[in-house]
Amino acid sequence: MVTAEDVRKIAKLADVGIDDSEINEFTNQCSGILEYFAVLDTLDQNQPLIRERYNILRDDEVLPSLSQEEALQNAGQTEKGYFKAPRVM
Amino acid sequence: MKTLSFHPDDSVHAFITTIPEVTYGDGPLSGVTVAVKDNISTKGIETTCASKILKGYIPPYDAHVVTLLKNAGAAIVGKTNMDEFGMGTTTENSAYGPTLNPLDHQRVPGGSSGGSAAAVAAGLVDCAIGSDTGGSIRCPAAFCGIVGLKPTYGRVSRFGLIAYANSLEQIGPMARDVNTLSNLYSVITGHDSRDATSVDKPYSHTPVSDIKGLKIGVPDEFFGEGVNPKVAEVVRQAIDSLESMGATAVPCTIPSMKYALSAYYVTCTSEASSNLARFDGVRYGPAVGTLKSWHDAYSDQRKAGFGKEVRRRIILGTFSLAAGYYGRYYQKAQTARQMVRDDFERIFRDVDVIAGPTMPDIAFKLGEKSDPLQMYLSDILTVPANLAGVPALSVPCGKVNNMPIGLQLIGRYFEDERIIDTAYAYEQGGA
Repeated sequence: MVTAEDVRKIAKLADVGIDDSEINEFTNQCSGILEYFAVLDTLDQNQPLIRERYNILRDDEVLPSLSQEEALQNAGQTEKGYFKAPRVM
Repeated sequence: MKTLSFHPDDSVHAFITTIPEVTYGDGPLSGVTVAVKDNISTKGIETTCASKILKGYIPPYDAHVVTLLKNAGAAIVGKTNMDEFGMGTTTENSAYGPTLNPLDHQRVPGGSSGGSAAAVAAGLVDCAIGSDTGGSIRCPAAFCGIVGLKPTYGRVSRFGLIAYANSLEQIGPMARDVNTLSNLYSVITGHDSRDATSVDKPYSHTPVSDIKGLKIGVPDEFFGEGVNPKVAEVVRQAIDSLESMGATAVPCTIPSMKYALSAYYVTCTSEASSNLARFDGVRYGPAVGTLKSWHDAYSDQRKAGFGKEVRRRIILGTFSLAAGYYGRYYQKAQTARQMVRDDFERIFRDVDVIAGPTMPDIAFKLGEKSDPLQMYLSDILTVPANLAGVPALSVPCGKVNNMPIGLQLIGRYFEDERIIDTAYAYEQGGA
């Protein structure tokens, strides 16, 4: 149902990494699970997906929040009060 | 403030973190020892979700339920083991090793709140807090022989609960008896503006054991294929004993059960794939390598930090939401979810509570379920309540092969009181 290539592609999209040694295991397991999910596709899609939902918003006013120090306390690396992340380019 | 020492003999590995000297205050739970599942934020106390990717993470704030517990005088004595991020049915998927069932160390305690259930069942604490996304409070309660409640969705604030599948999960109480569970529950409910799905329905109820005139629906699907006949028999006897106290049981059907498990797994993995994107080693957890390129750094970080079940669910969820598959999986799962809600609504026009087994079998042996799909199938009786958002609890109702069985009671929206009363009646009269 899904191929090793599909799993490789999805793992890449999701940034979860996948080893060659794992690819068969993940492909077989995901295929079996998606085959089980196939029962859903026998349903008609004739109803609106969302009913009786509404947004809960609060007034846009400044409330107490984490200090910069608290926000950064768990960061692996910081620089000049910012989080340091891998390079994008 | 008062203090107590906490040095449990944790031979079942219920805790990831214990707090040797605990301070507590006055209030309705003054000095009551409470264990908190490790996916609930505790200011200044490491919170890992049983994952390597959060090792060393010290939350800078308390979850709303933790604030409420402290205000009530509770002594929070430790953080309990669980399946990583709540993904599992046995507490074997923990980066810190499995928790054992206190009643038989060869067996699992159930999951994902297995550490909380084991700590309560082993008598290490008075009560515990768990979270239930698809049965994660009720399953371990059933397997360990204690009481566990998944509240109506919205009744307990999820602020500070590290999210796995927001639309399904609720924080709830676990205890050895219904009264203790009720006391703990009354402290953690109420409105919180920091959770947009929070509802202002505080619980302030004292359990009563009079169930005369109660109408109980007994779904055929809860006693059918895949359910151990011995478990079914024990649960039927429990329902008979509720009838002997003045309740009436009538058969009913939940046809949408055919789709419920698929709808649940498509929904929870989809939400997980989005929620768990935040674990990249930048803001918390072991530091990500900043010299590699973006995707390489994150892929390496997440492969090393997440266990296999977490990565499998992220992959399944990413797939279900992907262009070209969304209509076939995620969208249809939401249709099925509405069918489950409609089934409950229809049944609850005629009955007050629904009763059946919590789990299709007794606690598994450690390592017994190695295939992920087989593991998922064991959640079939607990996921419908999460899909609909209705309250559900598990109360011990007998044994098979010397292991406890849970009677599951499901109620109407915001009628948690009624299933608590029914469980109390059973506990007082049926045991």
